[in-house]
Amino acid sequence: MRPFQYIRPKTVKEAVDAIASDPDAQFIAGGTNLIDLMKRGIVSPGKLVDITHLPLKKIEDKSGFLRIGALALNAEVAVNKLVLQKHPLLAMALNAGASGQIRNMATVGGNILQKTRCTYFYDASFPCNKRSPGSGCSALEGINRTHAIFGVSAPNNARSCMAVNPSDMNVALVAMDATVVVLGPGGERRIHFADFHRLPGERPELETNLERGELILGVEIPESAFTKHVHYLKVRDRASYAFALVSVAAALEIEDNKITAVRLAMGGVAHKPWRLYEAEKLLVGQHVSDGIFLDAAKVAMRSAVASEHNAYKLKLAPNAIMQALKAAAGI
Amino acid sequence: MTDENRDDPDNRESNLFNALQEDRRVFLKQSMAIAGLGLVPAGFLKAAENEDLPVGDADKIKLALSVNGKKHRLAIDPRVTLLDLLREELGLTGTKKGCDLGQCGACTVHVDGQRTLSCLSFAVMQHGKKVVTIEALSNEDSLHPLQEAFIKHDGLQCGYCTPGQLMSAVCCIREGHAGSEASIQEYMSGNLCRCGAYPNIVNAILEVKSSGQKV
Repeated sequence: MRPFQYIRPKTVKEAVDAIASDPDAQFIAGGTNLIDLMKRGIVSPGKLVDITHLPLKKIEDKSGFLRIGALALNAEVAVNKLVLQKHPLLAMALNAGASGQIRNMATVGGNILQKTRCTYFYDASFPCNKRSPGSGCSALEGINRTHAIFGVSAPNNARSCMAVNPSDMNVALVAMDATVVVLGPGGERRIHFADFHRLPGERPELETNLERGELILGVEIPESAFTKHVHYLKVRDRASYAFALVSVAAALEIEDNKITAVRLAMGGVAHKPWRLYEAEKLLVGQHVSDGIFLDAAKVAMRSAVASEHNAYKLKLAPNAIMQALKAAAGI
Repeated sequence: MTDENRDDPDNRESNLFNALQEDRRVFLKQSMAIAGLGLVPAGFLKAAENEDLPVGDADKIKLALSVNGKKHRLAIDPRVTLLDLLREELGLTGTKKGCDLGQCGACTVHVDGQRTLSCLSFAVMQHGKKVVTIEALSNEDSLHPLQEAFIKHDGLQCGYCTPGQLMSAVCCIREGHAGSEASIQEYMSGNLCRCGAYPNIVNAILEVKSSGQKV
């Protein structure tokens, strides 16, 4: 590992200034992804700015939304009373991710920013457009079993990438219309969660729209009535402690067996947490039934494209959508 | 060793091996203690007491932390993980290095009472924290109830993952996640056992949990 300087600023402003004044510096919080990347030589910052002591841990009920500090630990958020009462889908998604140990260490801000788990990205001996732009994508012709089926850039493109966002929490947050609050040298701004992560496009090395030097302060989740009919379904290679092959966050509001509002999002299928807007539209106003859920799943899959080893996701994903909707609706 | 087997070549070899192992451990511990002393000049120990922040450059950072109730003041390279600090600097080799990438749980320790992967933690970031390792689980007179239960239920074969399993199991019970077989399976999933002692580990945890013993 490359030697680095270590500093621990006392205020949020000092932390942001420390990054702004040194292009070789990076924030570190839980470290569960960054230290892994540093050990493998995938990232090698010259300076680490430890933010774990900054006052960004609170989970607060504001008027109209719940604010979760960027440094709240995943384990704390998953058992927080306000979260369980107002946004149980978030707690379900958090508990589906990682292990007891890692949830004790990982922060909300770090989880939002965690890197893809594409094996070619983590192995510096392979070309990877995300790690080394322009070098090529090893997954295109390689083992692409865990890779994306939505929003993949054109395969002939020298900048292609078919990696997926690995976070479970992000799938719940995009479904719940959260907002990310960030602070940079230019001040504070708010980014809608659906716009926070990017599709690979021409710049697969960029996973989010966070500007260099910006620090996530927290996330805000608007009040909703998605408290009763929610479900997070995660399909993976083993029963626990594995990344999603496909996951689905489903939230329904149901009155007299009629769907009055719905949120649907998927993980493990795209470079960003994937919201299923068209399927949502189709479901609103319909009566709960297997048939309408099947129609929604079909609509959701319209733009899916399979590669050599991940064609199974074209079957798995709609089945998972059906299953999650049925579990959420309680049928 | 009795006179009868003294000349048995097989026995001689294994005794020699054991003696070498013992020597190696003693040597490692002694040399670590000496190296540790060399790292920390006396004036600096005093200085560290008054500081609330770890300070230093890319070569050495001063930090103070408690390990198994004992306070340590050290100067370390910021690249050193908590795992390497425990094993290489403090000679606490009970905590195991498995994958060293946060995937196996062999390195699990408690930091401020929470189970944590020591391989994915930089030691400098533990400044002011209380670390507890497998060495502190039992007291001098008796094993911890979970250690007894692991022995009774054969919760191990090679034993390499066991320190991590035990540290994790303590928290699994304390967190209230040991109420059923399914819950234990889920909340112990961060600790891999390549010998496959899982069912026995689950039984051991279930027994301690249902006995109501303090862990």
